[in-house]
This record gives sequence, structure tokens and C-alpha cells, in this order.
Amino acid sequence: MQLNPRIPDGPLPEKWDTFKDRCKLVNPSNKPKHSILVVGTGLAGASAAATLAEQGYTVKSFCIQDSPRRAHSIAAQGGINAAKNYPNDGDSVWRLFYDTIKGGDYRSREANVYRLAQISNQIIDHCVAQGVPFAREYGGLLANRSFGGAQVSRTFYAKGQTGQQLLLGAYGALMRQVAAGRVEQFPRREMLDLVVIDGRARGIVVRNLLTGAFERYDGDAVVLATGGYSNVYYLSTNGKNSNVTAAWRAHKRGALFANPCFTQIHPTCIPVASAFQSKLTLMSESLRNDGRVWVPRQAGDERSPQQIPEADRDYYLETRYPTFGNLVPRDVASRNAKQVIDEGRGVGRTGLAVYLDFRDAIAAQGKATIESRYGNLFEMYQRITGEDPYREPMRIYPAVHYTMGGLWVDYHLMSTVPGLFVLGEANFSDHGANRLGASALMQGLADGYFIIPYTLGNYIATAELPEVTTGDEAFGEAEASARARTLKLLNIKGDRTVLDFHRTLGQLIWQGVGMNRSREQLEQTIEAVRSLRAEFWQNLLIPGDATSLNQSLEFAGRVADFMELGEVMARDALAREESSGCHFRSEYQTPEGEARRRDERFATAAAWRYQGDNIPPTLVSEPLNFENVELTQRSYK
Amino acid sequence: MQISLNIWRQYSATDPGKFVQYTVESVSSDLSFLEVLDILNEQLTTAGERPVAFDHDCREGICGSCGMMVNGQAHGPQQRTSVCQLYMRNFKDGDTITLEPWRAKAFPIVKDLVVDRSAFDRIAAAGGYVAVRTGAAPEASALLVDKPNADTAFDYATCIACGACVGACPNASASLFTAAKISHLASLPQGHPDRKGRVVKMTQQMTQEGFGDCSNHGECQSVCPKGISIDAIAQMRREYIRAQLPFG
Repeated sequence: MQLNPRIPDGPLPEKWDTFKDRCKLVNPSNKPKHSILVVGTGLAGASAAATLAEQGYTVKSFCIQDSPRRAHSIAAQGGINAAKNYPNDGDSVWRLFYDTIKGGDYRSREANVYRLAQISNQIIDHCVAQGVPFAREYGGLLANRSFGGAQVSRTFYAKGQTGQQLLLGAYGALMRQVAAGRVEQFPRREMLDLVVIDGRARGIVVRNLLTGAFERYDGDAVVLATGGYSNVYYLSTNGKNSNVTAAWRAHKRGALFANPCFTQIHPTCIPVASAFQSKLTLMSESLRNDGRVWVPRQAGDERSPQQIPEADRDYYLETRYPTFGNLVPRDVASRNAKQVIDEGRGVGRTGLAVYLDFRDAIAAQGKATIESRYGNLFEMYQRITGEDPYREPMRIYPAVHYTMGGLWVDYHLMSTVPGLFVLGEANFSDHGANRLGASALMQGLADGYFIIPYTLGNYIATAELPEVTTGDEAFGEAEASARARTLKLLNIKGDRTVLDFHRTLGQLIWQGVGMNRSREQLEQTIEAVRSLRAEFWQNLLIPGDATSLNQSLEFAGRVADFMELGEVMARDALAREESSGCHFRSEYQTPEGEARRRDERFATAAAWRYQGDNIPPTLVSEPLNFENVELTQRSYK
Repeated sequence: MQISLNIWRQYSATDPGKFVQYTVESVSSDLSFLEVLDILNEQLTTAGERPVAFDHDCREGICGSCGMMVNGQAHGPQQRTSVCQLYMRNFKDGDTITLEPWRAKAFPIVKDLVVDRSAFDRIAAAGGYVAVRTGAAPEASALLVDKPNADTAFDYATCIACGACVGACPNASASLFTAAKISHLASLPQGHPDRKGRVVKMTQQMTQEGFGDCSNHGECQSVCPKGISIDAIAQMRREYIRAQLPFG
């Protein structure tokens, strides 16, 4: 099998315009006849559903939450990048493109990333017009800040609630189309299968989470915007309901899953405090603009942080990376934290934390300034830990936060199943092996507002789409298989709860496919996950029934899919015999302990093809061609 | 510490429902309140009983999924805190905590602590947005917004639609929820086109959904996890009056 990324010809800056100029259009009077199914209502899904409906398509929108406004995009804190260059500090489309592709350690497509940088400015225009209350300066202009290792201030923000404000903008646009009758919204529906007819995605099977009923919906295209799979680790910063199920079921129907081992571990999270902890809380990395990261010089130093004098503190990021200091990219910051903690220099009760200290920033800029920038984050930290970060340094620890991997898509954002489009975090496309801060919101909205309306239209205008109905055999088969799987989970009646299985799975994946990976550990992880999965299907205990709201049953279906995904993540990490971005293989490092890429073999996207439940998937590689940037060793020294 | 939980159990919308008492032992003060419910649900599951249904997702106070009356207070004793951000250090050994769903005609009970808040989506659909098509926006910096107005707009825009305002209000009014969106958009120049239509349609929908009206008890602002002020409701009233005036 060959993967065709369908990148338009021509010079990089002209590719997207070339595509838009040449793509086929759908006759406006025909658009309402085409039904589009959009699954997920985060930034990508809500913006796609709203925009496609504005254009005249008949849209059905699905989400697992009780309201489309609750998708996990809402929790994004820091901001959204754009190449506006309002601060006049040297930013440009090229620079945003370059930073993103370099930040991803050259494991993403030039053409996709360049398009993302180009579109970034339109997103800001649109969101401002929607009434998104971005931060402003006293002169009334939009404010910008530097974020996550960028040397220019290109991040637009709304305090620490940028994701919320952008999502509510997209939600408003979506609800406007609901009111206009052009979008039908289906809340509390979980997609359990993709229906493929004559090789094209033509429908979905969902379960109504309130009644347990299985429902069938047909359409001319399916858009998946169902987010990432960080919850495979059990503890992550994702919402508890975030899951891989829709994407995974599509994978099992033929959509290749790319770079599953590329998972981002975010350096500034609140450390784990108890064994019953259910999730981790991220604090925006904008904190690293003013906070200084340190640990004691000596292992086992048990003095309180205020008692440790300057000479006994190791500001290790500033020392090792004098140019970027505390603003090194996320993967570098996380890996360094792990290293000092492994040396026994971790702080706090568990020793699994490093300090993020605002003492100097408060002294230099005043408490009021720091409060205006980070007030809500400080408040959140204090609420969770009971400690006051104005008086003592925060304790932070890395946590899984985002997954760069996802369903493989081409330049059109179409998967290997024609008619199945995948947007936002659910696809693999733009962040390579590491995502830069404030780029996820940009990508979700670029995909939904500005890319899918063109590429999906081109598909509808060119594809042969004979009429299908939900009575077709393929729908019956998909529904029967979804129903059987759900009832099977309920009828195991073993004695381990789904939460217990999930926690064990999470520990295995965190140890095996976490911040530091090795051949030996990955091989063990594959075996351990396989045997855990076998036990899961023998010994799961699900209470309640399948005909009313049953949250345990919902979770069990998701954990079942995580069990399968976890194994593929380990296989992907094993096959990628290099270190790149987040993916650090202990066998492949430079003498200074930095990631060593092997571009000659692994400048590729690794796309996995499902072969059957107990058969290892096969690898299809897409070579990444770099015609405009030179591949350099990332150096933040 | 040991915590007793007195929880409203109701299998379905038509089931009469009742309080059931449970005990959770060895609760650490570092646990979040919802983690105690997780532990209880593990106990119930293992014992062959039906776990307590409650909505939750982000567990960092922003998605608005969770929400319940905790000892008669919406989201519990800590101000400006949704129940997922409430930590057990706010309670002491031996406490009995009573949990109920939001009680409001417009929020029918789905199961246990889960209610149907789709009325909020319908209020939003009635006009809680700026009607701007994708692709039609002018350059962002062409529009200047006074910083104090932008900040005010942001404060109102932080509403998470959890429903605490409704749960806490003696009239089960959705005024704070509705007013927050109206005031957010009224504070910005982008929201000025159709501001009259917006306030009329949204308040009309609010009434149709069966929410009561505001009589200035102020319970809503004291329980709001985002600290949204009832100034929003005053602003909504002004917007409404303006909408009635031909020259407003």
C-alpha cells in the first residue's frame, strides 16, 4: 500500500492558494442535499459543523457530552498562535511555519504546516468578529505574549481560558446553525462504528448514552473531530471522557493510524498527590515566562524551598540551555525534569516534582503584575494543593497532555477511507513529534473553519455517491457488531472494575511509552498489555444495565479500545529506532543526552494498518520530503 | 477521615427517588470531592450495587459538566469553586455530606445526580452569539476595544453553564446564565448589531423553558464558580428596556 498525501504542486507559499483556485465546487442549490456527519464538538468539530452548515450542507453533529459546549478544547489555557506580527518583533508566516516544523523535530509535512501558518491570521480575525474577548492593551489593540519557547510574541489569549473562549465562539456559531435548522445536534451520543459502503465512509452507528439505544445515521461524508487519546495513560490532563473510541473504530474499518507513539508530556502540571487521583491538572506553560525552574543541587536536600540558599539551587534549564532557559520546548523541559528527579533531586512529599519559582518575578515586577498575568492559575494551584504560590514555589511534574499521533490524513484532511475526514487532535497532521504551545487551538480552528469547507466540498463535487440508506446491509452489520461488543462487556461479570483495569493499563503505558523508551521495556510493554487485555475480556465487572445511563459501561468500551491502542503505541515506539521530539529512545541519544534523530531512515510518518484483533498491525511509511527547510539538530542551548 | 454521604438516588426521570446513606473510610484530605465519589462507586460496583451517576469531565472547573447541591449549597462550601475543584480538606472526620441534583422544573432529573440541562443550549441557540459567517471577518486590529470593556466582556464570558445559578435560586431562574451571555456581547462593539433581538429572543426562550424570574436574592452570584456578578442581570434588564424603546 502506498500513501498519497495529495500535496498540491508549486512553491510552498502557493500550494494552498493553488488548491483553493483549482478545487471543485458544489453547486449551492445541491449543498442541502448532501448530509454531512460531524462527530465531536470541540474546536475542530464545532467550527467544521457550523461552517459547513453556513455553506448550505445539511449537518448532523454528535457529541458524548450533555452539551456541545463541554468538549475538552474548553480546558485549553494558554493561547492561540498567529503570525500577525502586531508586536513588530519579526514574526511572519514563514517564521511560524519554521518554528512549528522545527519544534515538531521535522516529523510533519511542510505543506500542511505552511498552510496552518498562513491560515492562522484569518482565525484571529474571525474569532475577534465573533466577540471572543481576547486580552487587549489600553490603546484597544489586541495583546500578545510569548509562549512555549517562541522568541516572538505571537500568542493571542484570554487570560488562562483561551480554549474556553474560542470554543464558546465556535459553539455560538454552531448553535446559530441549530436555530437556523441547518444543524441537527445529537448530544450524549457515542460513535461506536463507521459504516463503509463501496469503499467510502457513508455513515455511523452511535449509542444513545441515555437510553442505550443504537442509532444509525447515513451521510455523504463523515468528519471525525473526536480529540486525542492521552487517557490511554489513565492519568492525563484530558477530561475523563476524552477517548479514542470513534477514531479507533474507524481505524478498524480501514483508516490508518499514524505515529501513535508521539504523545506530548507537558512539563507544568500539578504533581500526583494520592493513589486515588483521577486526573492531572495542567497549568499553562505561560508560567515559564516568569517562573524559574529549579531543584536542590544535592540529592536528598529536605529543607523547605525558602531555606535553600541561591548557591544550593540548580536552575538546571537556565544552565543547560542558556539561550532558551526556562522556555525550552515541552519535550525538553519534561525530559530534564525526569532526569533531575531520577537523580534523586525531586522535591515535595513524593519527590516527584520540581520547583517553579516566582520569587524573583514578584520582586522585579510586583505582585500585582504577576497576579494580573497568572491570577487564575495561582488560584487553581492553591485550591488543589492548599499551598500559596505567591509565598512558596509551585511544585510541578510532567503529565501527558496531548497526542500528536492520530488517524493518518492527506493534505485534504481525508483519511485512507475516502469520505472520512479527520480534524484537530484526532488527526496526526501538523505537529510532528512535538507540538509547540498555543498551536493546538490554531490547528483545530484552521481545520474546521478554513480547510474542511474547501476539501470536503472538493470531495463531494468529485466523488460518486450513490444513494444509501440506514437500512443497507452495512449499517445492519455495523450496528450488530457494536451491540454485540457492548453486551459482551456487560456480560463478562468478572470481579475487576473498569477503573482498576484502566489504572493498570495507564501505569504500563506510562512506564513503557512515557518520557524515556527502550527496546527492552517496549517489548515487555507489548506483552504486558496483551495479557492485561486478555484478562480484561475475562474478568471485567460492569454493574447496571445497557438500557439506561450507565457510565461504567461507557468507560469500559473506551478502555477496551485503549487496550488495543496501547499495544500499537508500543509497537510504533519500538519500530521508530531514533529519538525525535517527544519520542526519546535511550538507545539513540547524542553524547550530551539530547535526542538523536535518524533522518536517513525515519524522516517518515509511520502509519499502522489494522489486520485483525490478535494480529499485529502492518506499517506503511509516508516519506516526508523537506524541500524548503534544512533538517538541523534542534538546539536550545 | 471517615465521611458519610447521604445521596439522592433516582433510577430514572419517572422514579420517585430517595436519599440513601453510604460511608467511605480512610478519605485523604488531598482527594477531590469527586474522587471520593469515585471511591464510593468502586465500593458499590464491587458489592454488586449500582454506582451513583454524576456528570463530570474536565475536573478542573471549566467544562461545567459537574454540579450538585452539597449540604444545600450549589457546588459546596468553597466559594468560586465547582464541585470537581472542591478538596476534602474542606471537610472533617465524621462529617455527613448530603448530595442532591439541581432541583428545577426546567432541569428534569436523568438519573441520580444527573440532570438534563439542554434548556441552556436552547437559550444559547436563541441568540447567544454574534451572527458572523466564517470568512467574512475584517482584519482583527481594525476594531479597537477599550480594555475595561474587553475585561468586563471576558468576566461575563467565563460562564461554564453548570447550572448552579438555577440550582441555588429560590425561583429556579436562569437569569444569571442568560444575562452573562447578553452582557458579554453587549460589552463589545461586535455584539451591538442585533443586540435588541438578542435580549428579546434569549429572555423569551428562558421563560418558555420554565425557568422562574429573578427577584434579586443574589444566591446565584454567591454560588457561581466563576464569580459572575448579578450586575449582569441589571445589564440584561437595561438591554431589555432599550429593546422596547424605538430610539434605544
